[in-house]
Amino acid sequence: MSSARTAAVQPVAPHLDASGWPASPVGTPALAAARLVLLRDLTLAFRRRGELIQPLAFFAIVTTLFPLAVSPELSRLREIAPGVLWVAALLAALLALEFLFRDDAHDGTLEQYSLSGQSLAWLLLAKTAAHWLLTGMPLSLIAPLAAEALGVSGTGLAGVVASVAVGTVALSLIGSISAALTLGIRRSGVLLSLLTLPLSLPVLIFGARATELAIRGLPFTAPLELLAALAVLGITLAPLAAAAAVRISLE
Amino acid sequence: MSHALEAENLQLWRGERQVLRGVGFSLAGGECLQVRGANGAGKTTLLRAACGLLYPEAGRILWDGTDVRADPAAYHARLIYIGHEPPLKPDLSALENLRFWIGVRQPVERSVMQAALERVGADRWSTRAVRTLSAGQRRRVALAALALLAVPLWLLDEPTTNLDAEGQQLVGNLIEEQLVRGGLVVAAGHHELPVSAARVRRLELPLE
Repeated sequence: MSSARTAAVQPVAPHLDASGWPASPVGTPALAAARLVLLRDLTLAFRRRGELIQPLAFFAIVTTLFPLAVSPELSRLREIAPGVLWVAALLAALLALEFLFRDDAHDGTLEQYSLSGQSLAWLLLAKTAAHWLLTGMPLSLIAPLAAEALGVSGTGLAGVVASVAVGTVALSLIGSISAALTLGIRRSGVLLSLLTLPLSLPVLIFGARATELAIRGLPFTAPLELLAALAVLGITLAPLAAAAAVRISLE
Repeated sequence: MSHALEAENLQLWRGERQVLRGVGFSLAGGECLQVRGANGAGKTTLLRAACGLLYPEAGRILWDGTDVRADPAAYHARLIYIGHEPPLKPDLSALENLRFWIGVRQPVERSVMQAALERVGADRWSTRAVRTLSAGQRRRVALAALALLAVPLWLLDEPTTNLDAEGQQLVGNLIEEQLVRGGLVVAAGHHELPVSAARVRRLELPLE
């Protein structure tokens, strides 16, 4: 061995206990740890953009096929627009769910998270936030373009953006539970959809309703608030359930 | 006062098969437990049970005299576990992997990570994607985590696998330093660890 390598590296040891080991159990504050998890997932996603584009491409294809299949008449398209947009958004969000925890379960990252001394639920919430930034947010940005092609205009577009943005937050969180539950299963795609769909029906119903009201130029805050309530419920409870499911899958 | 790890009468089933049949050991600061046994004897299972990933059906694991299940987060903050596959992301570089892996637990500076990679002889490929590294190079990157994280308990599954002679000696040196600091090491594997015999305790796991 070269002499450079034998030089001892001083481990990071800020505060020591009686036997010479760090006294505080966790060095990194929870917020900084979550920021690292988020940054890591975003970095990884931009290294393989293929997976990123998949759900968006699916959404774009489905919504552009409808005018061809139904009728090019804008008045008729405007009528079915809320349903088309929301069913496509829901299925696109489902498509992206499979990638949420799968890779991290395979390479031992989730194992390391659960042994990190940090709250696993908190780290999974950060992962889910990254997932929303990579799927839900882009979806809510291209949704108005698809809506425009279906004859929606003006305030209707604002309603589409708001409802898809809030609704996908709830979908990502609901999905995080089923993604965690199906971790131990080899080909989990179908089961994942079966588990997630019934739970995400309220999101579909209120999302489509908000979009419909917005397109007709009526106030749409009531269904939007219900969507937001679902999202808040998800933020508080889903990470706990997902963390419990991840722990079981590690056994 | 030094730390202590004890396992009492561990019984653990995987499905229909009983993997651990009344396994017990006790380890004090400055000691290394080498777990040996044939393939399938339950070495990995014992390590995963010791770090609290698996819950044994009977028996208990005590850290400094208290059951580790009483406060898992506090216990986990005192240990590092490296499985037989190093937990590295193929698309990230060695430095990025360490930053995200160790950074979640302790704040680390880039220069400190670079020094740790130098220590394990991995500094020349620290910015290459881990995907392009050989199994032995990846193992060395994972070993850098040991030099970075100041925790008293190391749980290592096959730490010398895929390493050349110099790399195996490096594992021995790292373990030796940890023991001198008063740390505890539990290592599973088939190879004899290059650690002075006075500090090593042995645990042989029988097959069936």
